Amino acid sequence: MAKDEPLLRMESVGKEFFGNRVLADVSFSLGHGEILGLVGENGAGKSTLMNILFGMPVIAGTGGYEGKVFFEGKEARFSSPFDAIDAGVGMVHQEFSLLPGFTVTENILLNRESTKYNPLVEIFGGRIKTLDRQDMRRRAESAISEIGFSIDPMMLASEMPVGHKQFTEIAREIDRKNTKLLVLDEPTAVLAESEAEILIQSLRGISKKGISIIFISHRLQEVVDLCGKILVLRDGRIVSETRPGETDVFRIASQMVGRNVETAPSHRPPRGDTETILEAERLWVDMPGETVREATFSVQKGEIFGIGGLAGQGKLGIANGIMGLFAAGGSVKVKGRNVRLNDPAHSLSHDIAFVSEDRRGVGLLLEESIDWNMAFTAMQVQDKFVRKLLGGLLKWRDNEAMRAAAQEYIEGLDIKCTSHKQRAVELSGGNQQKVCLAKAFVVSPDILFVSEPTRGIDVGAKKLVLDTLRRVNEERGTTIIITSSELEELRSICDRIAIVDNGRVIGIRPATDPAAEFGLLMVGSDAAVSDPVIVGGED
Amino acid sequence: MNRMQDNVRHFLISNSVPIIFIALSAIAIPLSGFSSSYLLQEMLTRLARNSFLVLSLLIPIMAGMGLNFGMVLGAMAGQIGLILVTDWAIVGIPGMVLAAIISLPIAAVLGYICGSVLNRAKGREMVTSYILGFFMNGIYQFVVLYLIGVRGMIRIPFADIELRIPVTNPQLVLSRGYGVRNAINLTGLRHALDNALEFNIPVGGSSVNIPVSTYLLIAVFCLFIVWFRRTKLGQDMRAIGQDMAVADSSGIAVERTRVIAIIISTMLAAFGQIIFLQNIGTMNTYNSHDQTGMFSIAALLIGGATVSKASIANVFVGVILFHLMFVVSPMAGKELIGQAQLGEYFRVYVSYGIIAVALVLHAWKRYQERERSRRSLRGEA
Amino acid sequence: MGGGIRKFIENAGWPRIIIGLFLLSLYIAAPFVNVRVLSSLSDTLVRVGMNGVLVLAMVPMVQSGCGLNFGLPLGIIAGLLGAVTSIQFQVKGLAGFGFAMLVALPIAAALGFFYAQILNRVKGEEMMIATYVGFSSVAVMCMAWLLLPFNSPVMIWGYGGSGLRTTISTEGYWRHVLSDFLAFGSDTGAFYFPTGMFIFFFLMLFLVWAFFRTKTGTAVTAVGSNPEFARASGVDVNRMRTISVMLSTVLGAMGILIYEQSFGFIQLYMGPLYMAFPAVAAILLGGASVNKATMTNVVAGTFLFQGILTMTPSVINSLLQSDMSEVIRIIVSNGMILYALTRKTQVKR
Repeated sequence: MAKDEPLLRMESVGKEFFGNRVLADVSFSLGHGEILGLVGENGAGKSTLMNILFGMPVIAGTGGYEGKVFFEGKEARFSSPFDAIDAGVGMVHQEFSLLPGFTVTENILLNRESTKYNPLVEIFGGRIKTLDRQDMRRRAESAISEIGFSIDPMMLASEMPVGHKQFTEIAREIDRKNTKLLVLDEPTAVLAESEAEILIQSLRGISKKGISIIFISHRLQEVVDLCGKILVLRDGRIVSETRPGETDVFRIASQMVGRNVETAPSHRPPRGDTETILEAERLWVDMPGETVREATFSVQKGEIFGIGGLAGQGKLGIANGIMGLFAAGGSVKVKGRNVRLNDPAHSLSHDIAFVSEDRRGVGLLLEESIDWNMAFTAMQVQDKFVRKLLGGLLKWRDNEAMRAAAQEYIEGLDIKCTSHKQRAVELSGGNQQKVCLAKAFVVSPDILFVSEPTRGIDVGAKKLVLDTLRRVNEERGTTIIITSSELEELRSICDRIAIVDNGRVIGIRPATDPAAEFGLLMVGSDAAVSDPVIVGGED
Repeated sequence: MNRMQDNVRHFLISNSVPIIFIALSAIAIPLSGFSSSYLLQEMLTRLARNSFLVLSLLIPIMAGMGLNFGMVLGAMAGQIGLILVTDWAIVGIPGMVLAAIISLPIAAVLGYICGSVLNRAKGREMVTSYILGFFMNGIYQFVVLYLIGVRGMIRIPFADIELRIPVTNPQLVLSRGYGVRNAINLTGLRHALDNALEFNIPVGGSSVNIPVSTYLLIAVFCLFIVWFRRTKLGQDMRAIGQDMAVADSSGIAVERTRVIAIIISTMLAAFGQIIFLQNIGTMNTYNSHDQTGMFSIAALLIGGATVSKASIANVFVGVILFHLMFVVSPMAGKELIGQAQLGEYFRVYVSYGIIAVALVLHAWKRYQERERSRRSLRGEA
Repeated sequence: MGGGIRKFIENAGWPRIIIGLFLLSLYIAAPFVNVRVLSSLSDTLVRVGMNGVLVLAMVPMVQSGCGLNFGLPLGIIAGLLGAVTSIQFQVKGLAGFGFAMLVALPIAAALGFFYAQILNRVKGEEMMIATYVGFSSVAVMCMAWLLLPFNSPVMIWGYGGSGLRTTISTEGYWRHVLSDFLAFGSDTGAFYFPTGMFIFFFLMLFLVWAFFRTKTGTAVTAVGSNPEFARASGVDVNRMRTISVMLSTVLGAMGILIYEQSFGFIQLYMGPLYMAFPAVAAILLGGASVNKATMTNVVAGTFLFQGILTMTPSVINSLLQSDMSEVIRIIVSNGMILYALTRKTQVKR
């Protein structure tokens, strides 16, 4: 192996999922002991890139990838994560993969335990070897000390604070003697500032020992502080490859979000209407992974209101909380009336409709037909599609009315299906999303919450969905509140956009503000937070 | 202070089942009027008789597969071994060993089938293993009723092949020539193990018999379980029991390990059934295995085990409490209401009821824990 | 064409096809071993009528996502209480049968309500728990049968003791009151069609079908299909599940009364213990899955299952000169349940 050959080199790597391009022409190299910062919005292609590197089955299962990956100078095509681990790639995932009932030691050495021979091995094979607890503890302690953090090796994972869990995961990778490259996906997201500081320190120490690191983070300041090289990924392409000395947090933020920072999206004139239709005050929502701590905002009638922010910061929790789907508190008023939280039926009775981000989990009856999916909410909440028999005693389902409504929306939204009786599970993602929208439109809501309306659907369907939302807003005067990870999408359709960070609404700006402004809000950069301007409606 | 209270409450809640049964026994024992030496003898006998079977349930629980209702498969294998050994008239310890040698491979095959089926039904292992027990009972009955005998019932047409497992002892075979009788007298094997090494201790006028050899075997088995927990395989099972996905991503062969857990459990149950029946001395060809499953599971649960956590202590406490109630309740019922039948139904009720309550508590606790872990996410707000 | 057949096999599943072909071959073989097809058919029909409503009792719970109702004994107990009460009060004929229903249904509804409260707290593990709730309620009733103050001489133990007998004849009370209603048959007695029982069965089928056509029934179906979806549409998931469990329990109570009037005996004590299993097997055999069942599944399944139960003793026994029907019943019914439990298309939670 030539000394100057980098540890990892990618050459024009690209990837398409079902005709949907998520990565294109990614080339970079990473030297021994170097730390590479990888930044980009959600959906920019970071995780796909790491999946390719790690040999995840999802890549091979969807047609493989283009380009070449060289590891230690040889072309590497890992067919499973285990191959990657054997070659020396370690990965610390965003979700913890620790066993709650195991100690730190047992977790660090999971499936790599030290064992001792006993005579029964001759009969039953190697798995019957006894564990060498002493040696295991010694190894765990040495791995922990190598990251420079102190954890009690006998502590149970279930009793650990989150910060310790992160370190335990890293120690697990360090214990593998052959680890040459360590990939960390958002390692500091769950850490307190002091813990993050320790982590950064220990990563520096690890890299000095010759282990290379790929550091994925939304906390740009850390990236600039830690990394020797920074890659900015947007829409599956590398938009910039710089070194910390050549750039700053503001530059990176604008590169991340803005297709072109200078040209703001063309926008419709400000509305004259300033009646407030929805007010949320000190709203908290207990949605796993998207906790809302304290959100205060108000929405004007007839407006398209955006809620943006990075994944896991709580933007999705807002709509789910108002709809009563997750435990919530605080106060929410619609048209001056209080909404009783934690009671979906009561929320729906305020003429609110919701298109969930969790299409398959919450949005659809996958095993039922299209017309059932579209009509169900309206039937239960508003008694539509119901024929009353025996003086209202019997509420008979009106299949004919359901068919007619379904037919109308199938044509109106151009849903590709065999008939209104086709089961929702058989439709493509885009068509499923249209069914979800139709379900909401059938209710004829005054306020429509739409979460991640374009996630996982192809470009053509994306445009149609956004156009439909705009049309409904203009024609019916429906107030629309869109939650999306894609800032550009929000800027192209919304009047105002609220950015959520760490469970709080930290700023509401007109969509016409420069993209970089939003980018800074999203990454929680000090510059933006110190100036919590809440811009109201255009009054 | 608060913490203390919390700890006490936690202790009471987590041991509520054994505590309730201790209280019940405290009421029922005086009512029944049994002498203490009688009860002591009964408990010692029943502990020796049942512990092995109940212990066989521990390993699948460790691997997160819940209560192995499929242990009846092992019991069936054990019974087949006993039928054959009885037919060959091999008595004493050699007979028992031979029965074990015959039944263990059968149990291994059945365990493999059971484990593979359960891998197709992850998350509903218990109900599946339960139904599998019934299904296999059908196969077992087919074998025992139609394939075992002096002459074969099923002939392959046009070839001189008879599907038959030869058993000729007229005391075993039904008069029609095939099929095993319902009640089999295991005279040659009766107490073969128990009497190999025994002790008589005088207690209050009468003497109490202790089957030491059986207890030794149980002790060895307990040591095996303790040791097994410390092996790599045991560690893997614990890991799988906690989180299959994490275990899988760390490279542990999840499905294979689950199958191994069930195979071990089934084989141990087969041997347990042999110990059980050598003590009883007679075998109910078509019912013995059925009751084995239910009584073992009920005993384990009464001992304070849950669907996901069980220890050796749970086994012994459970066997004692369950059988104490078993012995005492008919007499207590008779004294209380004048009907022994009532007490008998009461113990049936307890066997079923305890399983129902344990399952409900487990499912409910899991639901609560999910809720609590969600609440803890809320943070300080 | 080949694709069509493959799709059919895929939908129906191998076990169902094998069992269907098995039954068909039994009917074909019957004349050759001197089994009269007509009287076999008649037997089958009687048993379909007897068991139909018990199988129907599976549908509401399956549809609401509570899984297969292994807790059927709970409904059966309510039915038994109604039956013994009507005999205690000496109400005879159709009126007696109606009286039994009248007593049984409120009890069933109440038991179903409490049963539902348990099941709502153990979502995802309903089936195993249902089995043991059913078993323990049977055991509780065993004690109750001994203690309850029934004293009609036809029901209590002869030798002066208290407590009900294990089997009580409905002869002279309401035996065959439904079966014989408008019944017809051949003079030789080879064929008999229990019209009244079928009218009742189809009436029940219609009512359950109609329930699932209402707004509430639609909500119940949606809860079974995707509880999260239903909740997001403002449906009270637990309430819908409670309704379905109560409905299943009430149907179970009706089902056992129909069964008893045709059978002629009330079986107490451990009698109801395993009664859920044939009903579960029948509906699965009819094409239902763990979370979807239709009226067609009920009718087809009951017919197939009872067909096998009537045909195997007669045909197989004359073929092999041995009674294998019990073993075949065990293997077929449990095999069917096992198949449904291990099928890959499972409830998404």
